Amino acid sequence: MIQISNVSKHYGAFQVLTDCTTSVSKGEVIVVCGPSGSGKSTLIKCVNGLEPFQSGEIIVNGTSVGDPKTNLSKLRAHVGMVFQNFELFPHMSITENLTIAQTKVLGRGKEEAMDKGLKLLDRVGLKAHAHKFPGQLSGGQQQRVAIARALAMDPICMLFDEPTSALDPEMVNEVLDVMTELAREGMTMMCVTHEMGFAKRVANRVIFMDQGRIVEDDSKEAFFANPRSERAQQFLAKILHH
Amino acid sequence: MSYQWNWGVFLQPSASGDDTYLGWMLAGFKMTIGLSLTAWVLALLLGALIGVLRTVPNRALAGFATGYVELFRNIPLLVQLFIWYFVLPELLPESLGNLYKQSNPLLQQFLASMICLALFTSARVAEQVRAGINSLPKGQKNAGLALGFTLPQTYRFVLLPMAFRLVVPPLTSEFLNIFKNSAVCSTIGLLELAAQGRQLVDYTAQPYESFIAVTLAYLLINVTVMFLMHRFERRIVVPGYIGGK
Amino acid sequence: MYEFDWSSIPGALPFLWEGMKISLEITLTAVVIGIVWGTLLAMMRLSSFRPLSWFAAGYVNLFRAVPLVMVLLWFFLIVPKFIEQLFGLPPGSDLRLTSAMIGFALFESAYYSEIIRAGIQSVPKGQMAACSALGMTYGQAMRLVILPQAFRNMVPLLLTQAIILFQDTSLVYVSALADFFGAAYKVGDRDGRLVEMLLFAGAVYFVICYTASQIVKRLQKKYHPA
Ligand SMILES: Nc1ncnc2c1ncn2[C@@H]1O[C@H](COP(=O)(O)OP(=O)(O)O)[C@@H](O)[C@H]1O
Ligand SMILES: [Mg+2]
Repeated sequence: MIQISNVSKHYGAFQVLTDCTTSVSKGEVIVVCGPSGSGKSTLIKCVNGLEPFQSGEIIVNGTSVGDPKTNLSKLRAHVGMVFQNFELFPHMSITENLTIAQTKVLGRGKEEAMDKGLKLLDRVGLKAHAHKFPGQLSGGQQQRVAIARALAMDPICMLFDEPTSALDPEMVNEVLDVMTELAREGMTMMCVTHEMGFAKRVANRVIFMDQGRIVEDDSKEAFFANPRSERAQQFLAKILHH
Repeated sequence: MSYQWNWGVFLQPSASGDDTYLGWMLAGFKMTIGLSLTAWVLALLLGALIGVLRTVPNRALAGFATGYVELFRNIPLLVQLFIWYFVLPELLPESLGNLYKQSNPLLQQFLASMICLALFTSARVAEQVRAGINSLPKGQKNAGLALGFTLPQTYRFVLLPMAFRLVVPPLTSEFLNIFKNSAVCSTIGLLELAAQGRQLVDYTAQPYESFIAVTLAYLLINVTVMFLMHRFERRIVVPGYIGGK
Repeated sequence: MYEFDWSSIPGALPFLWEGMKISLEITLTAVVIGIVWGTLLAMMRLSSFRPLSWFAAGYVNLFRAVPLVMVLLWFFLIVPKFIEQLFGLPPGSDLRLTSAMIGFALFESAYYSEIIRAGIQSVPKGQMAACSALGMTYGQAMRLVILPQAFRNMVPLLLTQAIILFQDTSLVYVSALADFFGAAYKVGDRDGRLVEMLLFAGAVYFVICYTASQIVKRLQKKYHPA
């Protein structure tokens, strides 16, 4: 579904990604972790072309992301993305947030989009909040709406960039529960997260990044039982202590 | 030597015979309002366009927009006005220039004033629009694009509606400025409020009454605009939203 | 097509320079007085003594509501009469420059006071509390702690306002005072070369103001890196 081959990226002289190679098959759940600044967000944004990269290749569902001829908007419409800071549109009600891209990008009718949106809103447990605005919801609720918004586009895969790290601790689980359910239903997912409990529950593989390189790419069993690199061991020790 | 106040002067028939001096004042007031409002509409449209261009990821377009803003911000309004009024008609192709010069002088004054105020103000509006867009969290643009919106769609549905709300307060002050700046147009003979005030002084030798009346008229405009803009601001409040990041 | 003839400019340069000196003189006076009086107004505005803050608010709002052209006309009307009576000068003395300076200074004070007020308010409240805890009076706290911090934050804005003020000095045209723009206009009118002189004046203003604003931008980056 997603193939990342030898991707490198730099800002001026600063190398953000160095020769990253990995892949995500259909129905797989991959967790990406690593210290702050190691390039996780950059890598995941390369997957849907939000960040350009200078060398290497990324193929999503048969389409090359780096190819200048690729219609990126069309590709992104079917690759869901969830952000650290939710990024709901503050001036639109929850229902408008859920329907606007369905109508304007996919060309669905208003009713169809609304049905779909409300169904998904119900699924993330927020049907009662349909007419509120994002600013009137808690962080956890906003993030669940954001997931519903991405799902409304019938994505072929979902990208998550630290979806719980901006949340108060008591709200983390409500979001992880939604993600776990999604994973169990067979959604292809690439998740940047430090929630190792989530990784242990649903991940197929864990990728560990450091200084722009993918230093570990293992099955979760192998990763948690015995990380090969020292950096990953230190990282795990730190994370698991919290 | 004491000043002879005479507030009755406004009701006297004016030198032109068919009107009172109060009528002159009202005509000037109308001219100030009409000129400022038309220039403001143009300035908003142009300013929004230039402001957006300053934020797009295209060197040539962004560079053009920057040049535009710097040009209109670094030359005094009066000089710009004189250039529009005295210089531009000379530089037009001969036929067009002559057509313009033979047209009604009032039309010439109004056109030069309107274009001048509109472009001058549009540069300031553009700066506010740019600042508004840049003050939105960077993730908003990414969120729009990630949903499959094209860049223009992202601006239209995501960035501009929010940026627009953020810039209403600073735009209010630009809106007030355009009324004040319109007084500069008295220098090319356009009979707006300030010019009527000066003309009245020449004809009646009652400077204080005339200047007080003009000053009060500007205060009235100021208060009215502020009142309307506050109501407008309240109407576009986003529920639950507490400022950008 | 229009035939440009720039030949009258070189000969006019000394006269234009005299005009530029007047523009700069007005700018400098208005900036200095504007900042001093503006600071006082800002402190009055923030004072808890109501009549003072009302006076300052009224002053600032009045000047900010009226066009500069109108303010200048007022000052050209009032100041000469006032000064003539005060110093017993013969009526009709040329007090246009003095009037312009006073007018600009009092007008700009209103704008400066708003910048300074925002600057004072941008200093965290805890600073004033810390001063009181150290036993300083209100005046000491302002002078020694609050204003120095406020001014450091405000330097770019104060300079930007000075650039705007420099552009605005061209409006003394309404009193036929020969500042830089007035001089350029006179020469152009006299030689029948208004087009060239206006373009030249615009270019000079642009070069000066653009350069100055780029310098301000540099300063801002240096002292407030993002
Ligand atoms: N626009 C940019 N210009 C320069 N450096 C950047 C830019 N964006 C990110 N970086 C740098 O790239 C590195 C990787 O960033 P990021 O992918 O956000 O890391 P992570 O998500 O793992 O914390 C960081 O060191 C960051 O400072
Ligand atoms: Mg990150």
